[in-house]
Amino acid sequence: MNAQNPSINRRTEAYTLICGMEVHAELKTASKMFCGCTNNPFFAEKPNTHTCPVCLGMPGGLPVANKTAIEWTIKLGLALGCDINLFSKFDRKHYFYPDLPKGYQISQYDIPFCTGGAVETSHGPVRLTRIHLEEDTAKMIHATLDGEKVSMIDHNRAGVPLVEIVSEPDVTSPAQAAEYGRNLREIMRYLEIADCDMEQGGMRLEANISLQSTEQAERGQLPEYKVEVKNINSFRFLENAISHEVERQGEVLDTGVLPAQETRGYNSTKDITFTQRAKEDAADYRYMPDPDLPPFQFAQSQIKEWQHQLPELPGSVRTRWSDTYGLNNQALKMLVVNAEQTAWLDSVFALAEKQGILPKKIAAALVNKQLEINPESTPESVLKTYQKQTASSSVDAQQLSTTIQKILTQHPDAVAKYQAGETQVLGFFMGQAMRVVGNNADAGQVRVEIERQLKQL
Amino acid sequence: MKRTDTQHIATLAHIPINNDQDKDLTAAFNETLETIKTLQEVKVGGVEPTHQVTGLENVYREDEVHKDTMFTQDQALKNAHRTYQGFIVVPRILEK
Repeated sequence: MNAQNPSINRRTEAYTLICGMEVHAELKTASKMFCGCTNNPFFAEKPNTHTCPVCLGMPGGLPVANKTAIEWTIKLGLALGCDINLFSKFDRKHYFYPDLPKGYQISQYDIPFCTGGAVETSHGPVRLTRIHLEEDTAKMIHATLDGEKVSMIDHNRAGVPLVEIVSEPDVTSPAQAAEYGRNLREIMRYLEIADCDMEQGGMRLEANISLQSTEQAERGQLPEYKVEVKNINSFRFLENAISHEVERQGEVLDTGVLPAQETRGYNSTKDITFTQRAKEDAADYRYMPDPDLPPFQFAQSQIKEWQHQLPELPGSVRTRWSDTYGLNNQALKMLVVNAEQTAWLDSVFALAEKQGILPKKIAAALVNKQLEINPESTPESVLKTYQKQTASSSVDAQQLSTTIQKILTQHPDAVAKYQAGETQVLGFFMGQAMRVVGNNADAGQVRVEIERQLKQL
Repeated sequence: MKRTDTQHIATLAHIPINNDQDKDLTAAFNETLETIKTLQEVKVGGVEPTHQVTGLENVYREDEVHKDTMFTQDQALKNAHRTYQGFIVVPRILEK
């Protein structure tokens, strides 16, 4: 189902969707967040091979924070217009679960690295509450062994740096939620801090969903409950899950009952959400500053330097290329991928303009793979290749006319045959002409010119 | 503390307890809390909260892999109660 579903439209007349997002993404640092283990959980050959005393939570293991992961988190915050807390720290979040060997997750509670900021969408901005850094948990696979229901645990993912981006409840439609997620993924990929592979769980989506009645909206009140839908690993599933909740909660509210505050999972096969667990309150997590990890004090100059290092962001690049070079949406979508490629294309486009070639044409050639996207190659060589290709595809009319004239003069017998009705000799003339003007020449153009001259003889 | 609090903590810890146990545990918790209560008599108005006691700040490591501190799979699984094909195996908690 989607936003066009008539039953949902009926609901939204009575209720407004109030939705906030929580997005987790694994940072692609070389090593884990608090230890020197390899951070590459999806491509490990075997389970439990990227571990050490720290990420297995063994007594005496001392976590030390990964400098790059912190820098990337703050840069992401700067890219999204967040305020950066100059004083920050890590806290322990306690809960018992087999994916958490220490019995607590190292996370950030009251002083995250970043607060505020916003993600732009075509439906309006979605304000951010915060961005914090934490460690990922071990991966659990639920299975049945010898008839017994068990969970199998792989710690290769335990301790991988994980950013959590929390939004305000500004999302007003399933489509906006998906666009918000896509935009976040684009920025993280563009900054080259996360691959955001959704299928592998490198980026995970959660939506906090509730419905506001017309009376609540008039009084400016928020709903008195929220339902958290977790473990969504595609943008389409996110849209479906929210649509499903809008309908389900609408039905519950119609009967005069408040939907239960709970965590639900999403089943993409059945397109339904289901109760997962009763939510723990913040007090249950017994947050406390992690005594193993001293706090951080950043200098304003450091933050400024990181801000300065940020590349121009994808939205701005698209606007600029559209305004300056007239690139179409398809080209913009395909070409604006990461900062390195943008810098390369900027130098290619600049040189093209200098040589009197429209950057728009270069972009089209890159999109239809006539030219290779390869930041390793020099702009000069790219344009040389382009010129070779285009020079051959349309031949100078004067040059072509002279060439064919010469061929016809040299082969009077063949001309006579043509005039006697043996039109197949055209193929012979074509072959002769193409050999002179080049094999990549526009054959249609060559054929038309031969026929024109033959008729005039 | 009430018996319902004890039951709540037991649920969070995934530890099954019976009626007699929660009665005993509640009494024990209350005894401990009574002792700890003494601390609340200390006047702490105007005292900055202590996040840590070492005085250290900005302790980082460079983003480098240290193969030498990593375990082999055998070493990682050595203390596990039960394993299967390189995984640590535990009873399932989430029931769908």
